[in-house]
Amino acid sequence: MPLLYGKPGKQYEIVSLFGGRGFSRKLFEMGIRPGVIIKVITNSGNGPILVGINNSRIGLGKGMAGKIIINSISIKEAKAI
Amino acid sequence: MKVLEKNDVIKVALAGNPNSGKSTIFNALTGGHAHVGNWPGVTVEKKDGEFNYSNHTFAITDLPGTYSLTSYSIDERIARDFIVREDQDIIVTVTDSTNLERNLYLTISILELGANVILDLNMADIIEQNKIRIDVDKMKEVLEIPVVLTSGLKMTGLSELKKRIVEFRNNQKRSFKIDYGRDIEESIKRIELELENIKSPYPKRFLSIKILEGDVEIIEELKKMGYSNAVDTAFREISKLEKKFGFDIETEIVEKRYGLIESIIHKCVNKAATIEERLTTSDKIDKILTNKWLGIPIFAFMLWITFQLTFTIGGFFADYIDLFFGWFAGLSSGWLETTGAPQWLLSFISDGLIGGVGSVVIFLPNIMILFLLLSFLEDVGYMARAAFVMDRIMHAIGLPGKSFIPMILGFGCNVPAIMSARTISSERDRLLTILINPFVSCSARLPVYLLFTGIFFKRNEGLVVFSLYSLGILVAVLSARLFKSTIPKLKGPVSPLVMELPPYRLPSLKGVLIHMWERSSQFLKKAGTIILAGVVIVWLLANFPLSAGYASEASLIGHIGKFLAPLFKPAGFAFWQASVALFFGIIAKEIVVGTFGTLFGGAGNLSTALPHYFTQLSALSFMVMSLLYIPCIASIGVIYRETNSWKWTTFSVAYSIFIGWLSAVVIYQIGLIIF
Repeated sequence: MPLLYGKPGKQYEIVSLFGGRGFSRKLFEMGIRPGVIIKVITNSGNGPILVGINNSRIGLGKGMAGKIIINSISIKEAKAI
Repeated sequence: MKVLEKNDVIKVALAGNPNSGKSTIFNALTGGHAHVGNWPGVTVEKKDGEFNYSNHTFAITDLPGTYSLTSYSIDERIARDFIVREDQDIIVTVTDSTNLERNLYLTISILELGANVILDLNMADIIEQNKIRIDVDKMKEVLEIPVVLTSGLKMTGLSELKKRIVEFRNNQKRSFKIDYGRDIEESIKRIELELENIKSPYPKRFLSIKILEGDVEIIEELKKMGYSNAVDTAFREISKLEKKFGFDIETEIVEKRYGLIESIIHKCVNKAATIEERLTTSDKIDKILTNKWLGIPIFAFMLWITFQLTFTIGGFFADYIDLFFGWFAGLSSGWLETTGAPQWLLSFISDGLIGGVGSVVIFLPNIMILFLLLSFLEDVGYMARAAFVMDRIMHAIGLPGKSFIPMILGFGCNVPAIMSARTISSERDRLLTILINPFVSCSARLPVYLLFTGIFFKRNEGLVVFSLYSLGILVAVLSARLFKSTIPKLKGPVSPLVMELPPYRLPSLKGVLIHMWERSSQFLKKAGTIILAGVVIVWLLANFPLSAGYASEASLIGHIGKFLAPLFKPAGFAFWQASVALFFGIIAKEIVVGTFGTLFGGAGNLSTALPHYFTQLSALSFMVMSLLYIPCIASIGVIYRETNSWKWTTFSVAYSIFIGWLSAVVIYQIGLIIF
């Protein structure tokens, strides 16, 4: 599902990024790339989303969040990371 | 100390991700007080410093934060061009040790460039707290470069860093190779062949990889140098590779770099910092401050409090300064009279200096409080949050959330605010952000509001000032909409928000005070230079011709004023003093107040003199005009520098004068109907 529907407090794995070349490239370089675990901090539903990746916190606009595809991960997996 | 030879100067550049603590390290090394803010884009221009260590002079450059050598915005381009083009002895990559994976990406990229690099693992204190151990020796071995652990905050590891810089300054630049896999490697070789004999500071391999990555600037440069063949070959290779892999090659290259980084981290770090650690307090605060419903009201409330405090606390002290000037004016003129000083000198001191400059300086306490609060909001890390919560609204307007930071900075001064638009990667959004910024009310307009509300709106000063600030934002927003729908160059989709939010930090009182004082002293300096100059011109023009009588309608300044005054008739202040004040206010907005002070004989007299000329309504329309027309000469200069276009600069000036006049007229005319 798109990151847009991520629930606050939950962790997810990034599966893929949609969008043009420049788009995924920049996100990749900021550490947002497939295989990475992210945590949704706040999600207002129709506005920007705040996510945690490692120790950085990144604000993503609605347009961005719609193009990042995530998968929920089980609690066991989350603990192991 | 030994006399230093010129060749003893070691050129060092600091590179790193935003918020990796580069500026803190820069200050710690140079003993300087460069402003260390807590929002992305604090450093949008490179900063130079110097320090001495064991008979060596270090010329050190702090570069804007960047994630990679691909530039998306102007500040990143400045950093990249510097790293790529300037011949540095050594580049120190400052990395946030708590977020190594992403931070090492830049280090690796710079190493690929063939630069002489020292890796600085910063924030050592925080990883220690979290019981993360980084095997520094192992990392040295793997990367084959010196590695130093530092903490800019706790000032540890700095002398080792300096020692290593001295030791490794003449280190042979060596090419660092990442294995991109057989297919990509073969493509790189084929492109390299096309680059035979190229005269370029970069390794051929680096150039080949950059073309494969689709780096627009490098491609353009190579084409100019006559290497179109290499570019064509690269494009052929890209489509070949993409057909084979089934995905785009640039992300594959990025992935390979990350693959290498992961293996380095696996070898050198005992455990990765988990998401749960470190930032939990920050996250808890964010749950409230960036909350869907609360975020925007909280932001509005913070602004409101800021202006209320500016008003009440600042006003308390300002009254005493006012009393002091009154007392001082009486004392000095009394003393000068006893010494038999000429009349013109008396007038210069009491009308020009005390009346003109003094009536501006009175507001120093208000400005200090405003700067104190703004500095606190910046340093604590709230600035980026404000941009975050406003993203939705900004988007609806047609602006990226990121351009909200320049707007808040504009409350302090429009000049750095306009410069901070450099962090916006879309050229269209950046231009739009620059064009609307002058409408955000800066601290120089504050004396005008304080003077007029103090006389005409005694009971609700705070409310009137807050409304003026809101009006400034509203005009900025409406102008953005207007520009977007009418100017072809500004049309188009808004670039979506991607912005790193720094963790909240409780800034030290000293830090905030220094930051406040830096900005307040700018105000004092301005009072002693440009405002003084403006006031002296006003005073001189008010004196000539001598037959006319000081500050009379027949004086030179009266002529200028009378020429302009009819323009302001529909706005309700068609008398010459007001036109002159606005005219000279173009130099700097404080001069609006300074001019009144000079012409009416000081701040003390203004409260009795101005009500003869202004009604409550025309005072309001005058404040609106002051708010909206050109902020000052310096802002015109910076608009030109940042847009590099006289066309846009002229447009901005003309538009703001027109909008200021129109708004003043509309408010006055509507007011006449209502009251």
